[in-house]
Amino acid sequence: MSVAPVEIEAPDDARELDEDVDRPWICLVWNDPINLMSYVTYVFLTYFKYSREKAELLMLDVHQKGRAVVSSGSREEMERDVNAMHSYGLWATMQKDD
Amino acid sequence: MGRAYGFERTRKGLVVHIDQDERRLLQSIAQQVIELVAPPAAPADQDPLVAMVGIDMDARRSEDPAVARLFPDAFTDDEDAAQEFRRFTERDLREGKVRNAQAVIDCTSLATTGALQVPDALVLAWLGFFNDARLTIGTRLGITDDSRDEFDQMNEGDPRFAMAQIYDWLTYLQDSLLQQLVPE
Repeated sequence: MSVAPVEIEAPDDARELDEDVDRPWICLVWNDPINLMSYVTYVFLTYFKYSREKAELLMLDVHQKGRAVVSSGSREEMERDVNAMHSYGLWATMQKDD
Repeated sequence: MGRAYGFERTRKGLVVHIDQDERRLLQSIAQQVIELVAPPAAPADQDPLVAMVGIDMDARRSEDPAVARLFPDAFTDDEDAAQEFRRFTERDLREGKVRNAQAVIDCTSLATTGALQVPDALVLAWLGFFNDARLTIGTRLGITDDSRDEFDQMNEGDPRFAMAQIYDWLTYLQDSLLQQLVPE
């Protein structure tokens, strides 16, 4: 006697659901005419622990392109980063990475 | 030969060379920053638990451009999310900025002559204070990327002249402090 294996079908929307859960959020820092370039670099070096090269590239992106994605992750992680940027006086926002 | 000015790393730690008038000016600026950012008293009928964890149900984006710049919206495309974020974060942010400014007042109030010592534990408070003060004054002056040249060429008759001088002085001091913190 054999038992027929129970077929477990993945629901069609499972992948979509996962994508939605995993979709990373991003933290953006926007250019402003007051924050010093040396200060913005210092914040990226000390808070994110980025290398000097990466910190300076991001700072230049902010300065020249008007904004830069400085970090990405879960919604909670980005809330933490945006809050930290605000505590340093940087103009930061967060959004879903589309 | 020029005297040392601004921040300097010495054997005794970080010091700042500023005279008594400049110390009083820093105290005055710090006091104004405190008055601007100090969180409002919690309403009497507020849930004590809500108050204890620092939630501010009344936090709103300020109509004052300087305050709005210090406490910006965290979401550009979602007003409700921005509002909720503000409720959970703004009070702590305000309290942090008050602490930074108060640390500068305390440091500069010590009766010392010569260079003023800045204890390592207070270095970030000084750095944050300079930034908050520059954001406040810079926003009040209407500094933009395009108006920088205009400010550099401002003459003494301009009503904004004194404030622009203070802004430049704070910029010099913040940059001088950063040079001591960031290894070249």
